[in-house]
Amino acid sequence: MYGNAYIDPNEKANAMIAGEDPIKLAEFEARIARGEKIEPKDWMPKEYRKQLIRMIEQHGHSEIIGALPEGTWITRAPGFKRKLALMAKVQDEVGHAQLLYSAAETLGKSREDMINDLITGKSKYSNVFNYPAYTWADACIIAWLIDAGAIINQVANAKGSYGPYCRALDRICTEESFHLKYGHDNVVTLATGTPTQRKMVQEALTRWWPPIMHFFGPSDKISSHTEILMRWKVKMASNDDMRQQFLNMYVPKIWDLGLELPDANLKKVEDTNSKLGVKWEYTEPDWDEFKRVINGGGPCNAERLAVRRMAEEKGRWVRAALLRKDEKYVTPLA
Amino acid sequence: MINSLDPRIAREKINEDNNIAPLTEMDQFETYEVFHQKKRGDQHVHAGIVHAPNAEMALLFAKEQYGRRGLSVNIWVVKTNNVFASDYDDADIFETVPEKQYREAGGYKVMDKINKYKKENKV
Repeated sequence: MYGNAYIDPNEKANAMIAGEDPIKLAEFEARIARGEKIEPKDWMPKEYRKQLIRMIEQHGHSEIIGALPEGTWITRAPGFKRKLALMAKVQDEVGHAQLLYSAAETLGKSREDMINDLITGKSKYSNVFNYPAYTWADACIIAWLIDAGAIINQVANAKGSYGPYCRALDRICTEESFHLKYGHDNVVTLATGTPTQRKMVQEALTRWWPPIMHFFGPSDKISSHTEILMRWKVKMASNDDMRQQFLNMYVPKIWDLGLELPDANLKKVEDTNSKLGVKWEYTEPDWDEFKRVINGGGPCNAERLAVRRMAEEKGRWVRAALLRKDEKYVTPLA
Repeated sequence: MINSLDPRIAREKINEDNNIAPLTEMDQFETYEVFHQKKRGDQHVHAGIVHAPNAEMALLFAKEQYGRRGLSVNIWVVKTNNVFASDYDDADIFETVPEKQYREAGGYKVMDKINKYKKENKV
């Protein structure tokens, strides 16, 4: 129990729970420890709400922005069947954004505010989408490997503590499994095709490897801040653990196709301490490049936001025409 | 000017600093709670929400969002505003005493009586 514990607001971790009612906090933490979910109208610490809004909102933005590099290839996808499949995938991604925005909305941030924060650059989205899809093969690598990374992240988060986020993720994960199969099928087609096709997919893989290694983020600082987020089941796995899981599942599949990864140090070693029983060694990704791109310096940051602003602006008169004066917004229930 | 690799975007000739007025309240409309029935004979269950300007469009969006993979045979939409919900803080209203066997099927053990009767009367 936290009953009478003195909380020093000068300590970083304690700042997260400063001013919270200790009895309510203890009940909240006990509920999570029992494996129960937190629902929108439940009492929750301010910091729990803030971190979840930030996380779910960014996830939603990533789905919206992620639709752009892939959407680019709909009109030029090779063959009618692939056009249909890519359209379905892009529609799914936009649908995922809607599900995620809805989950974030239950925490009290309106969808208008989330979109405003996206188009002004205040909120972030997954850094990988600041890179362009140069060729059809890039779109295939995104569909296979970026979606594979997303599934690892989403499956972990689906076991988190916030009910509406978990429900959205369960649905999202079902649809992502189609994306993964579709992406793998496309990569296999290219990798087992003509020498030109093989060259194309190898070049795309080489281009996308650094962003893929960045995907899960830098190693977590071991801090009491992280420890609280894990206890609250906001953060479900460390960035390094997810990266290891990804490498362990997908590097063998990539090597199976005779494709090469641009990292001479990448290899699997025995590690009895890890959950996987193995550990992948790799060259530390360039985190300065990651920071540079996430702060606006990537090849597509400006384009992605400008396109979103254009879309919002162009649709505005339609929405204004449909709006009825008697409508009144209330926070959705679940 | 955005020099995009995507021909559709390049054609739009978008300026990088195309700042727009922020979205105002209600730009995204109010929300409807969506209930769907997965197959005939099932209950309708809550699936999520959609933002829509009216019920007809809410149905259309709900079909796209929650029924596009054959997961529904029927959908209801209800304005969030029109749903009256109990409060999680009042969860104690659902609490009950353990001695309510009289309202459970398991509270009625007729076979014990029948067997006893059969044994005693050699039926």
